[in-house]
Amino acid sequence: MRLVGSEILMECLLEQGVDVVFGYPGGTILNVYDSLVKYKGRINHYLTAHEQGASHAADGYARSTGKVGVVFATSGPGATNLTTGVATAYMDSSPVVFISCNVAENLIGKDSFQEVDSTGVMLPITKCNFQITDVDKLASTVRKAFAIARSGRPGPVFIDILKNVTAEEAEYEFVPREQHKEKGLLKAIYERDMPDIQKPAVDEEDIDKLVSMIKESEKPLLICGGGVVRGRAHEEFNQFANLIDSPTAVTVMGGGGMNGRNPLVTGMIGMHGSQASNIAVNECDILIAVGCRFSDRVATEPETFASQAKIVHIDIDRSEINKNVRTDHHIVGDAKEVLRLLIERLDQQDHSEWKKFVFSYPTETKYDEGGETLNPKQLCDTIARLMPMDTIVSTDVGQHQMWAIQHFHFDYPGQLITSGGFGTMGFGLGAAIGSQIGNPDKSVILVAGDGSFRMNCHELTTVQYYDLPIIIFVFNNQTLGMVRQWQNLIYHKNFSQSDMDRGPDFVKLADAYGLKGYRVNNQKDLEAAIEEAKASGKGCVIDCILDIDEMVRPMVGGGSHITDFMRI
Amino acid sequence: MEKMTNAKRQTLALLVDNEPGVLSQIARLFSRKGYNIEAFAAGATENPGVTRITIDVLADDPHTELLCNQLRKLYPVYSVKWLNSENSIYRELMLIKVLAEGGEQRNDVMQLANIFRAQIIDVSSTTLTLVVTGDDDKLTGMANILSEFKILEIARTGVVAIERGIATINDESKERGEFNYGKNVL
Repeated sequence: MRLVGSEILMECLLEQGVDVVFGYPGGTILNVYDSLVKYKGRINHYLTAHEQGASHAADGYARSTGKVGVVFATSGPGATNLTTGVATAYMDSSPVVFISCNVAENLIGKDSFQEVDSTGVMLPITKCNFQITDVDKLASTVRKAFAIARSGRPGPVFIDILKNVTAEEAEYEFVPREQHKEKGLLKAIYERDMPDIQKPAVDEEDIDKLVSMIKESEKPLLICGGGVVRGRAHEEFNQFANLIDSPTAVTVMGGGGMNGRNPLVTGMIGMHGSQASNIAVNECDILIAVGCRFSDRVATEPETFASQAKIVHIDIDRSEINKNVRTDHHIVGDAKEVLRLLIERLDQQDHSEWKKFVFSYPTETKYDEGGETLNPKQLCDTIARLMPMDTIVSTDVGQHQMWAIQHFHFDYPGQLITSGGFGTMGFGLGAAIGSQIGNPDKSVILVAGDGSFRMNCHELTTVQYYDLPIIIFVFNNQTLGMVRQWQNLIYHKNFSQSDMDRGPDFVKLADAYGLKGYRVNNQKDLEAAIEEAKASGKGCVIDCILDIDEMVRPMVGGGSHITDFMRI
Repeated sequence: MEKMTNAKRQTLALLVDNEPGVLSQIARLFSRKGYNIEAFAAGATENPGVTRITIDVLADDPHTELLCNQLRKLYPVYSVKWLNSENSIYRELMLIKVLAEGGEQRNDVMQLANIFRAQIIDVSSTTLTLVVTGDDDKLTGMANILSEFKILEIARTGVVAIERGIATINDESKERGEFNYGKNVL
């Protein structure tokens, strides 16, 4: 059938099963927004306050549902406003397709109004990107973009469509998603250099070698990384950990990959890792990392990281092997498949002695109890106790993020939505919006810091307009807590530009957006506010006052040995 | 990037999609990972949709391996081979324009050209332009010798290289399969 470009785009989204799009209109993308009206009910567009909010919302949607997120934006500032969201998705391997339109062909390259080389801007922060200049290639390119976004190690893909292409007619034929690989550009990728192979099998010899290494080991340690979450391999991972009876450390991105209440969990690992995790890394004789890239926040000192252990790396991305830490063995493959093959070949192991040693160290930070004011653990524990077990937790970046990950228990992939790699302050609210839209039956909360929340708090308008029952907890210590912590410990208490001794009043701010706001500074008020918020079924802001000098403990300095805990 | 103590000139051969933007994507990867490209040559292959790029880069062995891994990850890249000088042949073409006024100077230049098996491809009353092919040592050697005359201009193509014997850039290996894993799980 003959359709114009913008309609072909809509049809392609439907082929992919997309029913949710986040975005913001503007001059060059108006044809697309015009067609959107025709597809009302089949494609639901959520208008955010800012393109950055849309990018984080699509990211949160993708992370929490496992589907591909989609964003629309206009040319120029529309596209550049997406970049922080694109980079955030890239660093955390989140599958999002970003679609922007550029000026028409006759205006390209003339520094026209709202023109920017957006594919050039997106180059280093996407898996792949395309500029579509020919309407006949539109459908095929969109199909390829979605396939690349969700395949292998997932990630963002950017499509830039010229405005004239969205108005030009072409022949469109519906192709079910399963058949995409038989046609057009995807066919070329498939046939490129492995004509008979769809998905190369995991090397069985590699599996057997790891099985014998596991059997020889007396002190194994597992690391659950983001790959377990992205690959939705949590069931296999839990089974594997139980089978080899191994203590398991969880990275920031790995939250939800291992059942948080499994007694094998040693807590977070790395810079703010628990003593149990970090000491286990140093003492273990085999370290099996699944879907983890040994970032500088995990392997604080790569040369001495797990120096007594044979390091085994399981990852879908071959270029991660030996990138940050030298490994002794690796298996390239999908976490789910590799773990399944390992489980088949292993018998129940017993490492009671080793576990006794590891768990003699604390897995969680302790606080003095019974004070008048709130402390971070008390705050997290109260929230966890009063909210449903499967509540999705979105966070911003900073101290509150570390506290949330240290003290909440995440049980399934997509329960923790956090910017681990890029550390994007202001990520949380957009991501919570996307998570709530993707999971209308679940409770979604945002754990934000006062600094992070201020960055993108204008998205409260989106929460209010779409009536999203997101409960926002602002961990308000009147400072950029993590910056202050570093200034306190490393910069001789020179608190340069880190005090948040200024507005807005978050309660009044919530009110301005038509939402209820609460301010609490003790346990009783906190409980009352949560109960009232839950009962109302509306979004709200709970401003939780914390002490300005509260720190994230324990802490290992950047570049230091993993057991070199600072005295805090 | 940490300081590299054993950096030397390394040659990488790549097969990539012949599409707009691919060359800049490859070149950008080098700059954003902190490497400087010493030479870069791109041209057609036996397959019309595929371009072969030969890149010389200054790096030590571990960093070169990382660089190859990052290149292999890019979607438009089919294969990457890190060539080693013992089993590969390197060739480069150089055009060199020399000031040669008067018969004596011209004769001297022509004799040197003969030794290097260079050809004279342009003559004017005051200049000679030579073309020569060879590896980096030969070309640099000839340019050094000719520098006793006045060199007006040099244009070099950048090195291209190919392996000796039956080995090709398309050879299957376990490593290549591993890199393609992510790309083919569509």
